[in-house]
Amino acid sequence: MNLAYYPGCALHGSSNDYEQSLRACLGTLDVELKEIDDWICCGATAAHSLNQKLAIALPARNLALAENKGFHEMLAPCPMCSMQLLKARKELGESEALRRSVSEIVELEVHGEVKVLNLIQLFESIGLDKLKAAVKVPLSALNAACYYGCLLTRPPEVVEFDDFEQPRSMEKILAALGGKTVDWNYRTECCGAGMTMASEQTVLDLSHKILTNAKQHGANCLVVACPMCHVNLDMKQPNIERHYGVKHAMPIYYLSDVVGLALGFTPEALGVNRHFVPGAASSADLQVSKPAAGLKAGATAKDAGAK
Amino acid sequence: MSRIGVFICWCGENIARTVDVDEVARLVAEFPGVRCAVNYKYMCSDPGQAIVRDKIVSERLDSVVIASCSPHMHLRTFRSAASLAGLNPYRVEMANIREHCSWVHPNRAQATAKAVQLIRLSVEKARRDHELEPIRVPVTRRALVIGGGVAGIQAALDIANSGYEVVMVERDPSIGGKMAGLSETFPTLDCSQCILTPRMVEVGQHPKIKLYSYSEVEAVSGYVGNFNVSIRQKARYVDIKKCTGCGECWNACPLKRNPSEFDYAMGMRPAIYVPFPQAVPARPVIDAKVCAKIIRNGCGLCLKKCKAEAINFHDQDKLVEEKVGAVVIATGYKLYNIGKVQDRPKLEGYGEYGYGKYKNVIDSLQFERLLSASGPTVGELKRPSDGAQPKSVVFLCCVGSRDNAKGLPYCSKICCMYTAKHAMLYKHKVHDGQAHVFYMDIRAGGKGYEEFVRRAIEQDGAQYYRGRVSKITEENGKLIVRGTDTLAGEPVTIEADMVVLANAMRPADGVEQLAQKFNVGYDEYGFLLESHPKLRPVETASAGVYICGACQAPKDIPESVAQASAAASKVLITFSASELTREPEIAKVNEDTCAACYTCLHACPYHAVEQAEVRTPRGVFVKRTARVNPGLCMGCGTCVSVCPSKSADLEGFTEQQIYSMVESLV
Repeated sequence: MNLAYYPGCALHGSSNDYEQSLRACLGTLDVELKEIDDWICCGATAAHSLNQKLAIALPARNLALAENKGFHEMLAPCPMCSMQLLKARKELGESEALRRSVSEIVELEVHGEVKVLNLIQLFESIGLDKLKAAVKVPLSALNAACYYGCLLTRPPEVVEFDDFEQPRSMEKILAALGGKTVDWNYRTECCGAGMTMASEQTVLDLSHKILTNAKQHGANCLVVACPMCHVNLDMKQPNIERHYGVKHAMPIYYLSDVVGLALGFTPEALGVNRHFVPGAASSADLQVSKPAAGLKAGATAKDAGAK
Repeated sequence: MSRIGVFICWCGENIARTVDVDEVARLVAEFPGVRCAVNYKYMCSDPGQAIVRDKIVSERLDSVVIASCSPHMHLRTFRSAASLAGLNPYRVEMANIREHCSWVHPNRAQATAKAVQLIRLSVEKARRDHELEPIRVPVTRRALVIGGGVAGIQAALDIANSGYEVVMVERDPSIGGKMAGLSETFPTLDCSQCILTPRMVEVGQHPKIKLYSYSEVEAVSGYVGNFNVSIRQKARYVDIKKCTGCGECWNACPLKRNPSEFDYAMGMRPAIYVPFPQAVPARPVIDAKVCAKIIRNGCGLCLKKCKAEAINFHDQDKLVEEKVGAVVIATGYKLYNIGKVQDRPKLEGYGEYGYGKYKNVIDSLQFERLLSASGPTVGELKRPSDGAQPKSVVFLCCVGSRDNAKGLPYCSKICCMYTAKHAMLYKHKVHDGQAHVFYMDIRAGGKGYEEFVRRAIEQDGAQYYRGRVSKITEENGKLIVRGTDTLAGEPVTIEADMVVLANAMRPADGVEQLAQKFNVGYDEYGFLLESHPKLRPVETASAGVYICGACQAPKDIPESVAQASAAASKVLITFSASELTREPEIAKVNEDTCAACYTCLHACPYHAVEQAEVRTPRGVFVKRTARVNPGLCMGCGTCVSVCPSKSADLEGFTEQQIYSMVESLV
């Protein structure tokens, strides 16, 4: 599989550990990512609160770049990026006049036809059976709380992905990895997102509730597919613990981290060692017993990851 | 030569403003066959009709053309005026120069010219009109009532008490419908069972009512006054004539843990069961999906216990035929059921409320059973998960109703009221409990309704929040209800022991198929369509078929009952004479030229064409032919257009008339 890749600001900056892990696992799953040349900001929250046209034009340029290279599909691992791209795509698809005026603005022929995938959808299109077959270390000790956050499933008419109140797609992927998941209450609640800059207290409060509820339901880690969620739940976790006087010690994995661990990569190869809250020291940590075969598998993948 | 009178109406200014009525009268008077042409300000008024009547007599007119509004509006008016003056009413034609002309054209000269042309057509048609006589068909003075809820019961009793026989068909093992399961009713808090069960008994014992319980309408043929209805009596495995209702069987049945339909799964019932003790008929039915004898020839305890020998494990569905003259459909409603399996994908959703996932999130009909003295908890309020008394209950209005995203934009009308009642009854049972209600608007239009809601708030202390609930989760055995109070402008979180959802009302399952059997229309939600929302609220597009209760639209008990009596009165009007008259503008087959190809028979949407034989007076077979049943023909003309030998024709709209109308224009 050969598809365009739109990293967005986060994956080249604060969340480059996310890029590291998804590149590692997609490499072994025969997915070739072609980062689109000269991509620009998706507009995020800032653009659409200032200027609707700008909020369409920014992602439209990125769509056009991918289209002009002949791509039919593009991976946008950050849910904010994929939502903005999908929103632009939807509006461009509905109005010929908008397509014309935006094409003029961005000085590129914009069609808005390239399909935008989030990371979960990419794993789904690879196929859960294929993923299952590629698992070297089934994550039998994993009891994860899958956390979707606010943007992966919303707004439903734009992203058209999973049940927006009761999503299940990440749980299915984790089941394919041999892991267990918990049925908990905060899967689609807000972590505080960008409020981390303006009002840290809001983020501490919301993220604390998420961590607490996950723990109450017996989770031993959280799995996310959003760089912003990861920042708030992982980087801010020590602040949360200090503020509320509790010890969460809840590892926060990207979805690609757990996939990578099951595929036999070492935490270092995936960037898990760079998280603020310590995660698994090896794939074997996420297994109930530690069969020798599992360790061996881990060792081979280590070489692959290091290259 | 014909003697046609043309009467041109001004319709106040509606026509005269755009059409030069004097000019029209002047031109029309010159048409061949026209004896006189007059105009008047309001032709439909009494003085206007008098002009028509006087001219018919003084000019000895043989046909009349009224140039005015749509025939839908006033054809009947002018036909009776002509009739009074001694003219056959089917020699009255109308030219629509209002809807088809003055209302839609701005140019006076062009509109006037068009009005003249429209009248020319009608004059040409009138020249070839024949005298017709209304068709008379006999009436079977016997009614079918479909549905044994409160609406059906009311309609059946009204008709039966007027001396006519009623056939009642109820799908469930007992009549009573939704109302039989309610606790108390708003706004008086009358006990629902106390007011309904005596009426159920009356139906069961009425000498004029024949009750088919656990039965459904299979097929219908015929027409108003003469319907043949085929009724499927579902296999009950109990002969209700032999059965005494003693109860030995259901007490003996070892399979006692089946969710009770009557209790909406809040309680359990055996495999052989009476839905509720006050059921009519108070006879059991065997659930074939559960019974061990039927599934694998085991058990059979009930058979051993039954002294009346009423149990028959080999029972099968039976079809019975009934002849009736009129039909009342009263099939009621069901609640919008949250869940993944929906008849339309749009209805999926509301997963955030956890219905079906959290035991203590229930719907309003389930709550009624928990409140009811005849319910599974004998009226003591216990929550489903552990039987504890809930100290805090949250009620959610408008779950599905008024939700465009779910395709249910309508208001379910009764939920505001029953939610106020629920909050009130809850407080009466749990004195130290707190009821919370989330609502969009409180709609309490009705006698004593607003006062009732105020009572729930002011006397019984229900806490009302204007706003929606965004999510319900369960933590440590408590339901965490998160919503918003839009009046206070702040989010609200309530720890509740139980949540009651006021789900939208939807028409009962299968009503669309039933409507199709009777040629009754239904709207996009499946509610049955009345003929006219204001003036013909219980009639349908199908003559002799009437509707009442919640199958037409969401409505409460008083409204359903009033509508049921209205439907009954319409049935009684149908039964007021031994014969019905129908309009004679129907198809007719020329049996001399008919080649009996029966193309018409296959084309007829009303199954009105029959195969027949032509015989001499002595009974010698001459030929085969098609023949139109005048009771069934609706005069659509499909047979006329398909007949290859031009043997079919439509009375009042003959091909000769249509062709001469067209010729007059070209």
